[in-house]
Amino acid sequence: MTAPQAVVVGCSAGGLDALKILLGGLDPALPQAVLVCCHSGSDSVELLCELLGRACPLPVFEALERQPVRGGAVQLAPSGYHLLVEADRHFALSVDPRVCHARPSIDVLFTSAAEVWRDALVGVVLTGANADGADGLRQLRRLGGCAVVQSPSDAEAPAMPQAALDRAGADHCVTLEAIAPLLNRLCLP
Amino acid sequence: MSHEATEPAAADPGIEEIELELFVRAMQRRHGYDFSQYAPASLKRRVRQLATQLDCGTISALTGRALHDAGLLPKLLEGLSVPVSDMFRDPAVFRVLREQVLPVLASYPQINIWQAGCAHGEEVYSLAILLEEAGLYERSQIFATDLSTRALQHAREGIFPVREAQQWSRNYQAAGGSRSLADYYSARYGLLKLDQRLRRHVTFAQHNLVSDRVFCEAHLVLCRNVLIYFSNPLQDHCLQLFHDSLVRGGFLCLGLRESIDAAAASTDFAPVDAARRIYRRTGGEWRRP
Ligand SMILES: C[S@@+](CC[C@H](N)C(=O)[O-])C[C@H]1O[C@@H](n2cnc3c(N)ncnc32)[C@H](O)[C@@H]1O
Repeated sequence: MTAPQAVVVGCSAGGLDALKILLGGLDPALPQAVLVCCHSGSDSVELLCELLGRACPLPVFEALERQPVRGGAVQLAPSGYHLLVEADRHFALSVDPRVCHARPSIDVLFTSAAEVWRDALVGVVLTGANADGADGLRQLRRLGGCAVVQSPSDAEAPAMPQAALDRAGADHCVTLEAIAPLLNRLCLP
Repeated sequence: MSHEATEPAAADPGIEEIELELFVRAMQRRHGYDFSQYAPASLKRRVRQLATQLDCGTISALTGRALHDAGLLPKLLEGLSVPVSDMFRDPAVFRVLREQVLPVLASYPQINIWQAGCAHGEEVYSLAILLEEAGLYERSQIFATDLSTRALQHAREGIFPVREAQQWSRNYQAAGGSRSLADYYSARYGLLKLDQRLRRHVTFAQHNLVSDRVFCEAHLVLCRNVLIYFSNPLQDHCLQLFHDSLVRGGFLCLGLRESIDAAAASTDFAPVDAARRIYRRTGGEWRRP
């Protein structure tokens, strides 16, 4: 695997607390873009960005369509839209039907990011009560990316990380507390 | 799990890119529909899904069908064009239309509204209800257009799964509705049918934003979550189309997460409520302040 250029993160039930811990532990010098898909159920992710921004040393904001993916920043999928990445590394949104009852869908984000960054991508699946992210993570691994899954026994809702392990496997299966240090190691030269 | 449960993925992204290019070319040359300026990432997803749905192992196999099976065109257009919508989707937008836009439109003796990309008509019926409740419907005309003939057929019928009723009723209330949405539909056998009287001033017609021209002088253009699928040049082309269709001071309403170039917006459209993506056409010609 080459040096990662981006990190994609997916979470669902229990995701807010997990994200606070993960993003809170990131190194402020991280040059990669961190793209997050979180099933939050609310109409907007504005508040979520604000809460996470307080915990995280990197800026946290909503991904906007047609804008370039920004390195050294955390960008969240807007609620109600799928987030995709174009080959020229700009964001695109869609209101295509829900996938596994979810929009934004982790599978959609991971699959499109995997095609752009191939083996220069790290994918992280956190707590959640469904199977979203498992197919996307499998695709990400098939294209050479590195898969990190939160240990199901450590997750508030184990179904999602378990599905990811079952369908995609993982390069690293660790506790939530260990994920940020791992990402810092993988991402910083 | 349901059919849509798995996210189809490329066997080999490099090869698939070539296949996609050839498919787009085939659609253009064989059927005259040009998808070459759609945003590639989501177009690719949909073409892939169509291939899966039609039991074609690859996009190349789908291209074969597109070339040789002429009857398949409506199905292809439907699959490529995502007719996904809701009544009073984003209620806050419909509230602004009700409270700020309709009172201005009321000053015109005849009100023309163009709804571009109307999908299954959810927003068309929503608009008709707004106009009805504002007492403006008798002097209004809604032109509801879409690329997909199947979507338009569905829109004409106004039949939807009854399970939508709960969410749509909530949306209607949140948009400032003064009655009950149930006054506008009847429900039977798990389906709801919208009152067909709401259609009396609606004209449904196929119109392709890529290749067709301005066809009416509009006081309001509603085009939500359509440009989101287009690349920048095609988005720009459509904004000009809307500009040329609108009367001076006419309103443009886009999707909540759609971004229009700030520079363009300032010369050609002035924000009425930028957060809700509602603008007014400024005077003058396109891109000439
Ligand atoms: C996601 S739906 C938007 C529905 C509705 N306006 C909303 O926001 O809920 C997008 C619609 O745009 C239509 N569309 C896509 N390409 C088009 C084109 N070139 N010309 C006209 N309509 C198009 C599709 O058929 C589809 O019905």
